[in-house]
Amino acid sequence: MKKYFGYLTNGIIKENPIFRLLLGMCPTLAVSTLAINGLGMGLATTAVLIGSNVCISALRKIIPDDIRIPAFVVVIASFVTIVGMLMKAYVPALDAALGIFIPLIVVNCIILGRAEAFAFGHTVFESLADAIGMGLGFTMSLTVLGAVREIIGAGTIFGFSLFGAAYEPMILMILPPGAFLTLGLGIGLINKISNLSRKKKAEKEKDIELSQIVEEAA
Amino acid sequence: MKNILIILVSGVFVQNFITSRFLGICPFLGVSKKIETAMGMGVAVTFVMALASAITYVIQYAVLNPMGLAYLQTIAFILVIATLVQFVEMVIHKSSPGLYEALGVYLPLITTNCAVLGVAVLNIQEGYNFIETLFNGVAGALGFTLAIVMFAGIREQLEISDIPESLQGFPIALVSAGLMSVAFLGFSGML
Repeated sequence: MKKYFGYLTNGIIKENPIFRLLLGMCPTLAVSTLAINGLGMGLATTAVLIGSNVCISALRKIIPDDIRIPAFVVVIASFVTIVGMLMKAYVPALDAALGIFIPLIVVNCIILGRAEAFAFGHTVFESLADAIGMGLGFTMSLTVLGAVREIIGAGTIFGFSLFGAAYEPMILMILPPGAFLTLGLGIGLINKISNLSRKKKAEKEKDIELSQIVEEAA
Repeated sequence: MKNILIILVSGVFVQNFITSRFLGICPFLGVSKKIETAMGMGVAVTFVMALASAITYVIQYAVLNPMGLAYLQTIAFILVIATLVQFVEMVIHKSSPGLYEALGVYLPLITTNCAVLGVAVLNIQEGYNFIETLFNGVAGALGFTLAIVMFAGIREQLEISDIPESLQGFPIALVSAGLMSVAFLGFSGML
């Protein structure tokens, strides 16, 4: 049980696909204009990821090694088509907002990457846990990016007005440059935090060493 | 004629694949450390995008539509592109080893370049005819090349500048790409 939990959290924090592995940059930058778009794209990708990971790990003994990449691509493309058709039928507004990036889930490096690096060598349930973790990590990062851009660029969050009519939105943030700037500064911030905590740890270890030396001397 | 001119200008400047449509960001960030490699990637992508545009157009209108299989578009296109890239690699390998040496590493990477699948899907969505499709593919690829070569130039300078520790590498590259994208916004009033 603990093992599955480890696979789940791995994708959310330690190997977060966007902030840590830098995978799936195209949809990340393109659809994070609004929090709701980020959430929708994240969930669509998660659905495809779960389907492809489970399917590929179930077929891993049948698929020959030499043609595994084309086989993966066909499996992934089938799930993308299914998800695309479902979205067109049940959430047409979201489908229109995400547009071309729904078929482009096929070439999202996260999905092919997980198929190759994880699902092809693990059991069905492990692959399922990995897919859910990676998908959630992707969805959360996309929603956060979308929320930041929406708050600064439009003064709203999930469509609700935050600051009233007097707020003058910084439109640049919901235009393309805002995507690059938000993601760049976001990764910078996370690096800063992890650097700080690493430094603190190193200092603490030094302190302990020092106190030991002092004790020994005494 | 006017149509084609608009497609060309729009593809290269106004709706640049990188700075406004966000297609092909992975190679844009991945192989832009040196101007020469960026140039190689640009040439390879141009070649594949023009070919892929033409072939996917034929597939859509000669195979998928008459047989009522339009919903298989994504699967059909990605397979065609993957095969095409493999084929192009073999042809270049046999016919001009010099070019193969230069492009070799980048060719397989192009399969997962979303600009190629993106331009194929866009061509169909916009309802372009064959000539327009061809020009849209070439224009998009030229825009990609322009952006990645300029970006490589910026990154070569970034290598030797003094940057705060936590911003080194990808973060500062993304911020510079953002500033470049602001510059490209200037073209948005052109058409």
